[in-house]
Amino acid sequence: MRAPRVPGTDGAPPVIELRAIDKWFGEVHANQDVSLAIRPGTIHGIVGENGAGKSTLMGILYGYHLPDRGEILVRGRPAAIRSPQDALAAGIGMVHQHFMLVEPFTVVENVLLGVEGSFLLKAGLGRARAEIVRLGREYHLEVDLDTRVGDLGVGQRQRVEILKALYRGADVLILDEPTAVLTPQEADHLFRILGALRAEGKTVVLITHKLREIREVTDVVTVMRQGRVVATLPTAGTTSEQLAELMVGRRVSLRVDKTPARPGEAVLEVADIVVEDALGVERVKGVSFAARRGEIVGIAGVAGNGQSELLEALAGIRPVKSGRIRWRGSDITDQGKRSPRRMRWLGLSHVPEDRQRMGLIIPFAARESAILGYHDEATYNRHLRLRREAVAAGFRRQAAEYDVRPTDGALPTSAFSGGNQQKIVLARELDRNPDLLLVGQPTRGVDIGAIEFIHRRLVALRDAGKAIVLVSVELDEILALADRILVMYDGHIVGEVPQATATEQALGLMMAGVPPQVATGQGPSQQGRPTGAQAG
Amino acid sequence: MSVSAASRRVPRWVNVALVPAANLALALLLSGVVVILIGENPLRALRILAAGAFGDAESIGYTLYYATNFVFTGLAVAVAFHGGLFNIGAEGQAYIAGLGVALLCLGAGGWPTVLVIPAAIAVAAASGAAWAFVPAWLQARRGSHVVITTIMFNFIAAALMTHLLVNVLMKPGQQSPETREFDPNTWLPQLHEVLRWLGWEIGRSPLNLSAVLALATGALVWFYLWHTRWGYALRALGHSETAAVYAGISPARTIIVAMSVSGALAGLVSLNEVMGVQHRLLLNFVGGAGYVGIAVSLMGRNHPVGIVLAAILFGALYQGGSELSFDMPKLTRDMVVVIQGLIILVCGALEYALRGPIEALFRRPARVETRP
Repeated sequence: MRAPRVPGTDGAPPVIELRAIDKWFGEVHANQDVSLAIRPGTIHGIVGENGAGKSTLMGILYGYHLPDRGEILVRGRPAAIRSPQDALAAGIGMVHQHFMLVEPFTVVENVLLGVEGSFLLKAGLGRARAEIVRLGREYHLEVDLDTRVGDLGVGQRQRVEILKALYRGADVLILDEPTAVLTPQEADHLFRILGALRAEGKTVVLITHKLREIREVTDVVTVMRQGRVVATLPTAGTTSEQLAELMVGRRVSLRVDKTPARPGEAVLEVADIVVEDALGVERVKGVSFAARRGEIVGIAGVAGNGQSELLEALAGIRPVKSGRIRWRGSDITDQGKRSPRRMRWLGLSHVPEDRQRMGLIIPFAARESAILGYHDEATYNRHLRLRREAVAAGFRRQAAEYDVRPTDGALPTSAFSGGNQQKIVLARELDRNPDLLLVGQPTRGVDIGAIEFIHRRLVALRDAGKAIVLVSVELDEILALADRILVMYDGHIVGEVPQATATEQALGLMMAGVPPQVATGQGPSQQGRPTGAQAG
Repeated sequence: MSVSAASRRVPRWVNVALVPAANLALALLLSGVVVILIGENPLRALRILAAGAFGDAESIGYTLYYATNFVFTGLAVAVAFHGGLFNIGAEGQAYIAGLGVALLCLGAGGWPTVLVIPAAIAVAAASGAAWAFVPAWLQARRGSHVVITTIMFNFIAAALMTHLLVNVLMKPGQQSPETREFDPNTWLPQLHEVLRWLGWEIGRSPLNLSAVLALATGALVWFYLWHTRWGYALRALGHSETAAVYAGISPARTIIVAMSVSGALAGLVSLNEVMGVQHRLLLNFVGGAGYVGIAVSLMGRNHPVGIVLAAILFGALYQGGSELSFDMPKLTRDMVVVIQGLIILVCGALEYALRGPIEALFRRPARVETRP
């Protein structure tokens, strides 16, 4: 087997080298002949669309999956990595996208978990504390050791994850989409930490789909597409357009072309609504705004600040505890008047944030998923019978219009990629020509080519005089699409900014709870005024 | 790529036929080992079992008579299962339905048979559904789990029936707790009688018209689950409650409907036993068919066709097993329970042990094709 050449990365021998890795999942060739060399003391980015095989490759490196073929070399020597324990023994640590921490435990207890060292906890705790303090100082990972992890913010939890990996002796750290849950400011802090790690000779592998991050922090970038490595380049000298083109395989537009909004009458107005989550905790604490025709209202915020509950309440899925909701002027606050079924009937469509859990039924045939919520409609029913031929025909039409692939509606929904699943949901919801579209995280886990398509459809819907409420944790997406931006923090709308004057820094500060007059450096005139009052 | 590893290229018949057949073969092999340990010849045992179950028209009749019960209870378990519910209470639902059917038959002495049969079907379904409704309502409105409540309702049904049979319904002047025999006009016609009337002579067996009803019910269940909007809603709820709520499907109402349909299906067992064979109500006439239904549904992949096939298999085990204990005294009826247990173990708990390798065997050639 010939050793692969990696251009632009001469110097020290690689700390990790993957040679000709192949991995199959069922019929899916997740990694094809992947060769990759990671030099010590670098931040190595891996980009690719969803389903390009990034996570699979890292899973192989961390011992979650066994490759079907190929070999892994650590510091020049072949290594058999069959489990995360093997990976850790080889000095490879992983910081997961979904944190694997025990919330009621303190930071020290979490770091120590699994490497207690002796039968009695006390001795291990003492030793761990000194070591964690040292690590924290060295890498700017300051975090209070005796706080319960449940009381920490997301950014801090991530630091605990990094501490865990370092404490276990990792000198190669894999971070899987680490900024997905962070504010821009928290992400910057993370990047400073990564810089400190590099300065101390550690190696960082950063998996992401955000091109900006790649260009900001990495030294070398590997682009993956459809299970293959298509390029490994020194980051300096690349452009976002070039990387996007490599990821997708064709030229893509990263900008959304749209004309200024011409807002019309209000379709939905909410005044001072309070919403609780399933556990009875107040998540939305008095929110007021209006969604008008011909306008996209963007709701920005770090995940978990009440946006999900707000969206579900508007869709009729979650009851509101207090406040009023009006649909085209008439009061529909009463839960009996706004069941999800009735909201659909009124002209509301909802692309939920989590398509896997809510928007689709994953084991169903795709064409069955494509009628979810509309299965009672006369189009699909004749007397007792569900007209399966009508269901199939409806799917064929929607799949053609929205470029869903594969086009076989009999395949299980699980056989479709994230982007295509999202297109199935979008096609189903837009097909009803709604007066109001609620859409949560429309491009989460969706590849760049499909993002372009989805954004165009949303703008087209707006231009057709429909109202859109867009919830997204991707600030770029909010900035590109929304005509008016509301920022949610801790269940409140902390401010409202028109798109024209919005900057990422100001929104980022507001997402962290900083009041808008401070965040934007302007007077109190920018304060979030409930627009429902003026519209209603 | 994420775990969207759909087993698309594996031919359908592998999943539908080959894997269950291989599982069954493995279960029989293991049973053979048990037979050897007991000190009998497993091949001879298998021969006796097969001959006992399928050797002549009479044994086939008995096999199908047992299978009829298992089709009803298997369908009952499957309908609930598609809604994400585990109905352990088919036993009690069938038992209570027997009470309804018996009361009808005791009172319908003068009715024409063509009227009694549809009335009995309605009563059996309604009383089974009623017994399942209470646990369903408790789960839908009060959040108590149907697995627990349906088990408890089996015990309540047993106690209630014992009380009624011993103290209320027992025929005066006799010792065994059972009702008087129904009038013959309320008996379900035996299949051998029907066929003789059509000019076709087969051996006598308890097989009766309810077997035909079982097949028809299977077709209805198939239609309900995959060809109606209610079946769609039920399956949607079974896969994802969040998505069902999003779609405007009421979980509470759907749970109640699913459990009631499930109870109604279980209730039909009483037609076979009470109206078709015993012609009176007696203690414990269900005889565990409700529990066997769980295994039948499991093995039949919760699909009516699979359930009918699995029910025939279990019917054959019941019928052949009694022949076996007759011819090989060392192998008691408990041997049938052992074989059943092994089948459930292999088909249920160890299903993936064989499925993985078998699917891999059929997937490999496809891999080569897709290589560039």
